Amino acid sequence: MSARVTLATTARVLGQLRRDRRTLALVFLVAPALVTLFKFIFQYQSSAFERIGAPLIGLFPLVMMFLITSIAMLRERTTGTLERLMSLPLAKLDLLVGYALAFALLAAVQGAITGTIGFALLGITTLGPAWAVVLLAIANALLGMALGLFFSAFARTEFQAVQFMPAVLLPQILLSGLLLPRGAMPRALQIVADALPVTYAYDALAKITANDTGTWLWLDIVIVVGAVVLALVLGATTLRRRTA
Amino acid sequence: MNSAQDELSHPAVEVKDLVVRRGGRVILPGISLCVARARVTGLLGPSGSGKTTLMRSIVGVQVVESGSVHVLGEPAGSSSLRPRVAYLTQAPSIYADLTVSENLRYFARILDVPRARIEEVIALVGLGGQARQLTRTLSGGEHSRASLAVALLGRPEVLVLDEPTVDVDPVLRRELWRSFYAIAEGGAGVLVSSHVMDEASRCHELVLMRAGEIIASGSPDELLARTHTEELEDAFISLAEAA
Repeated sequence: MSARVTLATTARVLGQLRRDRRTLALVFLVAPALVTLFKFIFQYQSSAFERIGAPLIGLFPLVMMFLITSIAMLRERTTGTLERLMSLPLAKLDLLVGYALAFALLAAVQGAITGTIGFALLGITTLGPAWAVVLLAIANALLGMALGLFFSAFARTEFQAVQFMPAVLLPQILLSGLLLPRGAMPRALQIVADALPVTYAYDALAKITANDTGTWLWLDIVIVVGAVVLALVLGATTLRRRTA
Repeated sequence: MNSAQDELSHPAVEVKDLVVRRGGRVILPGISLCVARARVTGLLGPSGSGKTTLMRSIVGVQVVESGSVHVLGEPAGSSSLRPRVAYLTQAPSIYADLTVSENLRYFARILDVPRARIEEVIALVGLGGQARQLTRTLSGGEHSRASLAVALLGRPEVLVLDEPTVDVDPVLRRELWRSFYAIAEGGAGVLVSSHVMDEASRCHELVLMRAGEIIASGSPDELLARTHTEELEDAFISLAEAA
């Protein structure tokens, strides 16, 4: 692995995004727009919105980066650029970390915009520090990226790739406790939720919101980071130098 | 014999009893060939004869069933070969949403070649006027040439080009062939595939393929003499009928 090649990959991915203004606008504007929509949906349930407002800000990058990475990797495969890269002196980690750095930057900007609008304009409150929500948003972006990278290997077309979002992420978000606290769900679902990474991503955000910064918060973060590494390693195994 | 001499004693490419199956179908049923250094070798045959599969095997991106492929004395696909072997895929494989220069800058940084080389290869493939154009907006032929420019970036010791001169106008085609000769004169083994016979006479060596088998190999003059023909097209037909 080389810093030169990794950073060249980051610069290349950012260059592609820079030329795709519409995608950038969607990434930066859809999340704050949806948080605003939630705010008004929960107009008469403000206590519920207080519980989920900050976690929403932290979870949006998960979905965005999952979709963007799935499509980006699928394009690399179908246009032959991945095959070219695999025949060049580029380590798989150069490609993965290069993408991760570019998307982390994108997530940081998205998190900052959504956070600013959410905390300053919509009156979303968190007892813990707001910057921690943005940091967790970046961690969640990397989780989304790593999962997107892994699952894109099972898609042959872009139609299939986008279907993995409702198939893989949506159940995790529903089970995480964002919509309904997990304690109110059947025991079997709680057990399933305990095995899914997004549960811990949500828990970390919920604990920051409640300023519950004990050992359990760090355990949540370690599990999320562990899931990122595991998904990246599994994703790396789907990047084959040789194909049939 | 020291190791440098030892290395030079290996041909650019050595393929032995190569069997490749794709999608359950046998594409290469067991072929052997050598590609010399410092020569331009043409791989000729109709579409579907297995040229691309053979080239993919040489570059080390093809899953092979059996047999061996060595490049510069090392097993094809070895990581030490990656900076030394360049491959042009038949379909252009560059980023459509970047300009020609941006694409080359990325690949140049991967290969760690100086930026001055970017201008050189852009001029070489005749894209000086389109360097700042988005690759997506190029014509088909220009798109292919931008992809070719990437393959020429790193001064490779083995250059594998899958149909590099399709859709290229005759003047530029001659320029490209001159650059292939120049690369070969520098000592590199150059393997060029084509399905058009009029490219054959430009090669130093020819390998004729049909249905996954090599039906003949040698210099253009040798093949003409062996078949008592005047045109390589007739030589190919005569060799294909005899095979």
